[in-house]
Amino acid sequence: MRAASEAAVYTALIFCGLFSLCTTGAIIAVLTVETIEFFRLPEVTVVDFLTGLKWSPLLGTEKHFGIWPLVAGTALVTVIAMGLALPLGLVTAIYLSEYARPAVRNVLKPTLEVIAGIPTVVFGYFALTVITPGLQWFHPGFGVYNAMSAGLAVGMMCLPIVTSLSEDALRAVPRSLREGAYGLGGTRLEVSTRVVLPAALSGIIAAFLLAIARAIGETMIVALAAGSAPLQLRERPLSALDPRSEVQPMTGYMVQIFLGDTSNFGVEYRSSYAVAAALFVLTFALTIIGHRVRVRFRQAYE
Amino acid sequence: MSPGPNILALRARRLRRDRLFVLVCVASAFASLLILGLLLASIIAKGMTHLDLSFLTSAPSRRPSDAGIYPALWGSIWVCMVCALTAVPLGVGTAILLEEFKPRGRWLSRAHGFVQLNITNLAGVPSIVYGILGLTAFVNMFGLLGHPNDPAWELGTPGNWYYLRLPLGRSVLAGGLTLMLVVLPVVIISAQEALRAVPNSLRQGALALGSTRWQVVRRMTLPAAVPGIMTGTILAMSRAIGEAAPVLVIAGIVYITFTPEHLMDDFTVMPLQIFNWAQRPQEEFYRVAATGILVLLALLLTFNAVAVFIRYRFQRPLS
Amino acid sequence: MTGPLATMPSSMPTTRPITPHRLAEPGHAPAEDLAILIDGFSSWYGELQALRDLTLRIPAQRVTAFIGPSGCGKSTLLRWINRMNDLVPGARAEGALKLHDWDLLDKRADVVELRMRVGMVFQKPNPFPKSIYENIAFGPRLHRRLRRRELDELVEQSLRQAALWDEVKDRLRQSALGLSGGQQQRLCIARALAVGPEVLLMDEPCSALDPKSTARVEELIAELRQRYTIVIVTHNMQQAARVSDYTAFLFQGELIEHGPTDRIFMKPDKQQTEDYIRGRFG
Repeated sequence: MRAASEAAVYTALIFCGLFSLCTTGAIIAVLTVETIEFFRLPEVTVVDFLTGLKWSPLLGTEKHFGIWPLVAGTALVTVIAMGLALPLGLVTAIYLSEYARPAVRNVLKPTLEVIAGIPTVVFGYFALTVITPGLQWFHPGFGVYNAMSAGLAVGMMCLPIVTSLSEDALRAVPRSLREGAYGLGGTRLEVSTRVVLPAALSGIIAAFLLAIARAIGETMIVALAAGSAPLQLRERPLSALDPRSEVQPMTGYMVQIFLGDTSNFGVEYRSSYAVAAALFVLTFALTIIGHRVRVRFRQAYE
Repeated sequence: MSPGPNILALRARRLRRDRLFVLVCVASAFASLLILGLLLASIIAKGMTHLDLSFLTSAPSRRPSDAGIYPALWGSIWVCMVCALTAVPLGVGTAILLEEFKPRGRWLSRAHGFVQLNITNLAGVPSIVYGILGLTAFVNMFGLLGHPNDPAWELGTPGNWYYLRLPLGRSVLAGGLTLMLVVLPVVIISAQEALRAVPNSLRQGALALGSTRWQVVRRMTLPAAVPGIMTGTILAMSRAIGEAAPVLVIAGIVYITFTPEHLMDDFTVMPLQIFNWAQRPQEEFYRVAATGILVLLALLLTFNAVAVFIRYRFQRPLS
Repeated sequence: MTGPLATMPSSMPTTRPITPHRLAEPGHAPAEDLAILIDGFSSWYGELQALRDLTLRIPAQRVTAFIGPSGCGKSTLLRWINRMNDLVPGARAEGALKLHDWDLLDKRADVVELRMRVGMVFQKPNPFPKSIYENIAFGPRLHRRLRRRELDELVEQSLRQAALWDEVKDRLRQSALGLSGGQQQRLCIARALAVGPEVLLMDEPCSALDPKSTARVEELIAELRQRYTIVIVTHNMQQAARVSDYTAFLFQGELIEHGPTDRIFMKPDKQQTEDYIRGRFG
């Protein structure tokens, strides 16, 4: 009797464990199937998708499906975001781990947790109503929708991740290493940057990769603040480097499609699945690499 | 051996750099505070004008002055409840499997590691991808059960509170299940941590008395981990309430003026309503959006306060 | 066996006897032989007093051992000499602690300078997760601008002093973590010597090592004493007897007795000292 109920419970738990595997399987299956359907349509070729520099599925009769404008859009926003989040986050992490007194920690850590808990729509709103006007006051070249504003907001959103994970990595470095370095006559800066930071490097890199993955997948901020015009890489390749212009990243495009009235089976609708597949591949790869880095170099000082 | 001028000059530079770095650190820490402060200040400034009881009890409207968040608020609550009721059993079950039933055999250990890795990966998937999955799996149900407008199976009619239909269509249930997918990794990971925090001595004591593994879990480990699990769940729900992207894919931007009456009803959620308002061209709607944000943040604050309260009140020393 | 070792319960394998050398009696030491002066020194961790009114002279170029049961404060005292206790929040001290004429407790004292002159070897070997070369070069690089050849020579010299050169000369670029425990500790000694200190503090340097490595480190201490002032904390009395010229016995934060090692071990003044040495407690 007991054995039967024990077995039943165990089966239920196994089912729970399998559920998460099924989720991943389902994501991969759905995206693969829909992407294949997308490539079956006459207007689209795989080569064009992977190498084309023009993305204009919604304009007129001549449709192009080269993915690079969307990828460049994502890259532009992400680079700006990481330009804010990585340095600021790392320095804050070093401060929290090596310098700060408990009083400061008790203010700073909750602040970061609050920022982490704010929904991304709020950041998008902030970008649209505060950052963009601020940038425009600074330099009139910024449009109503621009990459810089969205990038900065995404960076702010990612700041807690970078700080928190980097700080964990720094704190995991054993105290004995610090003592050895101080004992040799190092200043706090030297000990922090020449001994602790290199020892924690794998954890910090993993933190960076996770933050990048988060930034790439961010939807609402870019939907509100970045705009809906994909970069015109074929006509003006260097426009990709201009943060003042409107830009449409991969996630922004997906939002545009789902907001719209396109038919369920049209090529535009299908294209969003293909973009989703590309997005998934990118974030999945980053997460796996981050995990590998953390595991592989963790034994470095043990 | 007294230090030469070489050493002293270098020393002065080193100490200067050290002091400079302290300033840089303090500045960066201050920057974080500044960001948060600016964010909250701007939203409060914009949102206070519309914040009154009628905002909480009215439906959105074409006129900013009449707009309200009532349907979205209730939509969020319904969806959140569906999400919680499905994510907690699944998440805690998975956590128990991974923490309390660790296999010893070589292949099973590999499977265990694989499942664990899979959960870490799922935590990193963008939420809009979950929206797409939810659209295909819950709303359309892979097309296997007909079209939502022409369902293969129905229980009751749209007038009853217990109305159900398959495929689920753009319903509260589909939305809740999709959000469950989004927060499931978070629930699992925090439940695992709560279980890990239970000292091993408790488990071993119970095992030594002849309990089976499940009995140990049910009677010892799980009750001890409940505060931690509750805290983790509440925080996961805070995340769910703030998600707009998956709901956007599931439900789209619809003009909802009523609260859900059954699980199959159309709905919208607060972040999506805020998004909607922020996209309107009229300047006044920016203020309405800010007011909506204030309501959302107030709700989140309540959730977090409850979580912190639970953490402090019930975190008894366990050994 | 004659001398102090004969009366000791022997739990360690006997080692080669340390070459006897001239012992100086305290009070008869000429002033310039004094390295560290401790006078009326007390310290606290927050509210808890760890050391009580200690007065002690540590002579230059000799080995002084601090012995005593766990918790008596010997490590605490050692760590004040190079101000490592600055890393412990709430640690404070009063009284006099001087290196030659330099007041080490002065708030304005340059701690970086101090640690360049007073090196430390820790209980558990703590090499940095870098190459052997980088470990040794770390200290000198902090304090000086050195050309490549100078640094290479310094690394070789330090490793030779620590009797490690022959074992690692072909793998200087490999990770220091690949060395055995005993080798790592000698690496840490070399690393401390590379900075060019005059005093070397050793906090139970052999307690994490196997007997063979312990013997090698003790030989090393004997060689190093000619050039450095060494202060060693040890819970192993036989080690103190083998290795040191002077011994200080601490108990519960107080200095019970201090003097030349063979007098402390053969004819201690205080009953407490004799009880501890005979193994009756601690």
